[in-house]
Amino acid sequence: MPASTRKSAYLTGLTQGTPFLLIIVPFALLFGVVATEAGLALPEVMGFSVVVVAGAAQFSAVQLMAENAHAAVIILTALAVNMRMAMYSASLTPYLGPAPLWQRALVAYSLFDQTYAVAHARYEARPEMGVAERIAFYAGAATPLLPTWYGMTLVGALVGRSIPPEFALDFALPITFLAMVAPALRTPAHVAAAGSSVALALVFAGLPYNLGLMIAAVAGMAVGAEIERRMGAR
Amino acid sequence: MDWSIAETWAIIVALGIGTFLLRFSFLGAMGGRQLPDWLLRHLRYTPVAVLPALVAPAVAWPEATGGDPDPARLAAAFVTVAVGWWRKSVIAAICAGAATLYAMLFLLG
Repeated sequence: MPASTRKSAYLTGLTQGTPFLLIIVPFALLFGVVATEAGLALPEVMGFSVVVVAGAAQFSAVQLMAENAHAAVIILTALAVNMRMAMYSASLTPYLGPAPLWQRALVAYSLFDQTYAVAHARYEARPEMGVAERIAFYAGAATPLLPTWYGMTLVGALVGRSIPPEFALDFALPITFLAMVAPALRTPAHVAAAGSSVALALVFAGLPYNLGLMIAAVAGMAVGAEIERRMGAR
Repeated sequence: MDWSIAETWAIIVALGIGTFLLRFSFLGAMGGRQLPDWLLRHLRYTPVAVLPALVAPAVAWPEATGGDPDPARLAAAFVTVAVGWWRKSVIAAICAGAATLYAMLFLLG
């Protein structure tokens, strides 16, 4: 793999990752604000963003901490929210499996919704990419996102209590996730997977420990896969 | 919130390790081996199955309104999905969703 190819893959990754700053910036700000308002001190707020690096799980954990839930419940719930990361990991394995272990570990550390979405779309569209090129692309996509995640959490924690509730920041998370999913609804199988998953999530919303989310997600994946199999095409 | 600094850090570190292990699971253990077709077929639907389920309850019963369905938030969610699907753009979807939310909140006062 010539260095110039890796460099251009890195730059392409940078180009394709950068637009996601529009999601990362408000999302990280929001976490800083929410965590501070829940009563966490600055080092702990930053600890969440640097050590965990998973927005939705961070929000769930802080929410449950504010409710004084049992520590085991907090950890299990946040990890349940992150179960999808194992699926992302499996989904990238065919593309990145042969890369050196330290590179796969760094990919794993920075594997969240946005980096996954960018990388998976690129790898699927360009099956001819080499492994080193894929890693370079991934590094490019993560470069603007990760430091911004840390930095904007800090800004959010510092401005914290000065944002009035009229800004309805509670809804930044749903809008972000829905916006990430909608463009992916390319086939009837994708639409059916999302639709059945939403219906089940609402039906089972009352179950404890995010079990409703787990049931809905697994069932949605099964629906999508089954429809794809019956239609005999992607 | 009644958490000591040590308890808070214990939760952060446990979550960090657990999350890393979830992310590293297949990438770390599988190496260059190929996953079976049926599994890959399911994994293709991971994002569209997990993310909407994650937010569906928050859209239907937002905490900000005490759990009552809210026309502004429902409209914002609908517009976000519609614009995202139509324009195939995450950014356009977020902007349209946020604009709808603020417009509706303003109109419904």
